[in-house]
Amino acid sequence: MHLILFLVFAGFCLAGAINLLLQSHPINSALSLVVVMTSLAVLYLMLGAEFLAAAQVIVYAGAIMVLFTFVVMLLNAGREERTLGSSAARVVGFPAVVVILSVLATVIVKTQGLGTAGLSQGITSTEDLSKVLFTELLLPFEVTSVLVLIAILGAVALARHGHGEQPLPVPANGERTAGK
Amino acid sequence: MNPFLAQFQQEVPLSWYLILSATLFSFGVVGFLIKRNLITVFMSIELMLNAVNLSFVTFAHQWHAVKGQIFVFFVMMVAAAEAAVGLAIIIAVFRVRATLAVDRIDRMKL
Repeated sequence: MHLILFLVFAGFCLAGAINLLLQSHPINSALSLVVVMTSLAVLYLMLGAEFLAAAQVIVYAGAIMVLFTFVVMLLNAGREERTLGSSAARVVGFPAVVVILSVLATVIVKTQGLGTAGLSQGITSTEDLSKVLFTELLLPFEVTSVLVLIAILGAVALARHGHGEQPLPVPANGERTAGK
Repeated sequence: MNPFLAQFQQEVPLSWYLILSATLFSFGVVGFLIKRNLITVFMSIELMLNAVNLSFVTFAHQWHAVKGQIFVFFVMMVAAAEAAVGLAIIIAVFRVRATLAVDRIDRMKL
């Protein structure tokens, strides 16, 4: 069962990733990335990471991809133009990708002592995870929360109309004037 | 146990998960190189982050280590922050340049 589930969802992952590369419209790429992320959530669950599977669906497939599709629609991003790209990408990039992938695959295949994953093996409960997170790793957790707060403030500051200018006047009826 | 039931008990070697992770990472790199739209380039980076997360979870399963999963949790948080800031930067760039093609966004100055 684990094997069948793995093959199905690994296939979804790869198909989504390939579709992301082939689609020329950003919204199609975003939706195929949602497929990849949701299939990865199932794979996390099969590896016994129940909390991460939920967080993957909520944070990645939910929040981040909604943000992506929102920006694609807000900016009215159309079909991308196919250009040849930079010559550095072709000359150095693609051979480097092939080399990296083959080196990684060789190392992984040759590694001894890697175990197997089965459905009968135990899962890491959220309780175990939170015990470590809120005792040993409390400081990194709090630092991350500060980081996210700063990121929110930075995003608002960056996406606002015009830096250092006066904010747009709000009409009396409370409706914001449309941006340019 | 009869053979039909036995195939449901089959286990998957963890190296398959790692190879899937490496393949997804390579697809992310290829997407980063061939995509010509700023938003899609950014999506390729997210794909690479996800691929690395998969190998973290795989190794956490291998060593029965909870900290590997917590690392993935931190990566997710940082990725969320990165997506928020990155997309805000994309909006700011689009407002000035009125284009998302990376070929035409080749200068830091306005």
